[in-house]
Amino acid sequence: MTDLLKMTAIDKAFAGVSALSGASLDIAPGEVHALIGQNGAGKSTLIKILTGVYRCDGGTILFDGHESAIATPREAQAAGIATIYQELTLVPLRSVTENVTMGYEPKRLGVLIDWKRAHRRTREILARFGIDIDVRAPLGSYSTAIQQLVAIARAVSLDAKLVIMDEPTSSLDASEVAVLFGVVRGLREAGVSVLYVSHFLDELFEICDRVTTMRDGRTVDCRAIAGTTKLDLIAGMLGRDAGEIEEEGRTEFGGGTGAAATGEPLLTARGVSTGPRLIDFDMTLHRGEIVGLGGLLGAGRTEAARAIFGVDRLTAGRIEMKGQGVAMDTPATAIRAGLGYLTEDRKAEGIVPDMSVRENLTLALLPRLTKRGRIDRARERALVEKYIDALGIKTADMEQPIRELSGGNQQKVLLARWLAIEPDILILDEPTRGVDVGAKREIQTIIRDCVAKGVGVVLISSEFEEIVEGADRIVVLNEGRIVAELTNPGITETALVRALAHIPESKTSGTRTPEGTGAAA
Amino acid sequence: MSAGWKPFLRDHGGLVALAVLLVFNILVTPNFLQMQTLFVNISQVATIAIVAIGMTLVIATGGIDLSVGAIMALAGALAPLIFLSDFGVAYPMLGVAAAITLPLLAALACGLFNGLLVAGLKVQPIIATLILFISGRGIAQVLTNGNLQTFSNPSFSYLGTGRILGLPFQGWLALAIACILWWVMTRTTFGRTVLAIGGNERAAELSGGPVVRVKIGVYMICGLLAGMAGLIVVAINSASDAARNGSLMELDAIAAAVVGGALLQGGRAPVFGAILGAVIIQLVKYTLLANGVADEVALIAKAVIILAAVYVQQARRE
Repeated sequence: MTDLLKMTAIDKAFAGVSALSGASLDIAPGEVHALIGQNGAGKSTLIKILTGVYRCDGGTILFDGHESAIATPREAQAAGIATIYQELTLVPLRSVTENVTMGYEPKRLGVLIDWKRAHRRTREILARFGIDIDVRAPLGSYSTAIQQLVAIARAVSLDAKLVIMDEPTSSLDASEVAVLFGVVRGLREAGVSVLYVSHFLDELFEICDRVTTMRDGRTVDCRAIAGTTKLDLIAGMLGRDAGEIEEEGRTEFGGGTGAAATGEPLLTARGVSTGPRLIDFDMTLHRGEIVGLGGLLGAGRTEAARAIFGVDRLTAGRIEMKGQGVAMDTPATAIRAGLGYLTEDRKAEGIVPDMSVRENLTLALLPRLTKRGRIDRARERALVEKYIDALGIKTADMEQPIRELSGGNQQKVLLARWLAIEPDILILDEPTRGVDVGAKREIQTIIRDCVAKGVGVVLISSEFEEIVEGADRIVVLNEGRIVAELTNPGITETALVRALAHIPESKTSGTRTPEGTGAAA
Repeated sequence: MSAGWKPFLRDHGGLVALAVLLVFNILVTPNFLQMQTLFVNISQVATIAIVAIGMTLVIATGGIDLSVGAIMALAGALAPLIFLSDFGVAYPMLGVAAAITLPLLAALACGLFNGLLVAGLKVQPIIATLILFISGRGIAQVLTNGNLQTFSNPSFSYLGTGRILGLPFQGWLALAIACILWWVMTRTTFGRTVLAIGGNERAAELSGGPVVRVKIGVYMICGLLAGMAGLIVVAINSASDAARNGSLMELDAIAAAVVGGALLQGGRAPVFGAILGAVIIQLVKYTLLANGVADEVALIAKAVIILAAVYVQQARRE
């Protein structure tokens, strides 16, 4: 059987930084094909090339037996590729019929929309998916699941040969997921191929036929899902196998010692919940200790950080600083209590792009630089000077807008923003993401130095070697709950991967949403 | 094309426009180089400038304030009511003091109302300030029964007709306000936080910045300055007309702020730019009038200036 889609040796670079190199993807007709990989592995870039959002720098794409010349999303649709995005791209205020038939309405006299036929056709299309709803009602009056199914129905009604689903279950509950899977199976029986992107690995075993794994812009594996284990998939995504992991460290951390755990306890979280994405979270952080939060995307690591830092309101539990209960109701309170929080999303939550390096660096420090509302500019300059020196921040001068700096240097400025308040506790969410190797090592050294000075660090990292080697202890989360706690020395990546993979099935534990998409603000 | 003039125009477009206008007027407009011309223009531009400075701060947080014209009307309507009241007649000095203080407090309260809606209830600024835009002038007209209030009160009229070193009092006032707020914006935590909010509100909040308080403060300053402008207009005319005082001022102020270099998405607060923008708009109006062009055409010219300013801003962003 010839493949429906064959993408070979796809290259793509953005501003000189390679996003894909030699990636490939084969999908057979009537197959449900999973695409997995960590953040930044290149999944979405590959999909965007397929759907005409980006153009590839090199490689070939064969779709339905022809060399594909898809250059716009519209052409992709015409060719039979339909994409159901994470964020729905329908119009919630218009009727279901309008949404399903938009752009392809049945007409009378060439101009008037034949509503009777349109409604009938929409009902027929939805009936194929077992959906019986009032097609005249606004789409927005239905649940997300129904909206998603309507989107799929629309796609299929346009004679799609390949339906791409990007995290389709992330906002569905268990029963809705079941309906969705029914639809996916229906598509397979009708000979339509499905490309299924998801961070929830358990799902893949339920409905997928084959799985392609990507890592660092390359396709590293493609295999039938039957006979694969979850451990295999995770190992593939991380690029690890058990033998290799035992070898020497590859970060600047050089392995946590565990010795510090006897120091004074700085921060204790007891039974903290903030919603479905963080449930009953317990953690103790001691002086001079690094506690890692382990878990896959959507496990609740960022939610834990946000709870501790007073960004999300607690629905249960309490937080103690040095044995005293503290109401962390705003970031300002947390900062006064001695906490700093380096956020995961540097652009959206970290830098103020048009402000200078100086102004960005002292943003959290302002209250302490100020006397009766007035900023002590001499002290400000001296401090900024000191941190630019100490952290080796490469900038023309401190008045340069931070947007002009490289990612690694921006990250160092943000790190300095928090070091400058001389915190007792630093929460670092993906401190080395998106920075080059050199800056990465420098940042790791900075973290190590400040721990040596007695700061307690909560470290979140999707790079397992970083937390395995950096953390004294690792609290492992899955679907908002703690599932394991590992203590160094003795943590290996295998142990961490096992802790992640051997998670009890907990399909019913509320809504599962990948972290970072949609803040609970 | 030479590379030199484009960036120059981009960064100093306002000054270039001002220079062009001045040269044109000196050559063409009769009697332009006279004290009287300067005096008329300053007394007229001051109110726009004062309101535009407040607007610049609001815009710097990424907001907008449509209610400034209505606040002017409200403050302007209150003042004569106070000094023409029995109390005001009985104690003239106290009456004038109250006629300045109380309307300004009312204007502050309006700003507080806007700020609470925007920062506290997270209402979009354009909607939040629309409430007072509509109701503020209505309240002013109810207070005055829709009548024109004329009066003769030399000490109050000083606000609009007084002179210091031969130049209008309100011109000096606008300059003093600009100096103070420039200092606030560049030297204080308040100013730094305003710019951080406009640049990246999430980051400002996560860095512990007093986002809510600063936003409320900015709307209060804007309201206060609008109230001040309202008093000045009333003082110039020795009459308060709630229906016309500050009418369309919100648009003039936004235009002046934008021409002065404020970015509508926030993050920049060119306080002196607001004065420059107000002067340019005023001078265009004056130039056209002095040369016998109809007022309606002046409106079109204003639109063209705003368009040009936004265009230059876009070019700057790329």
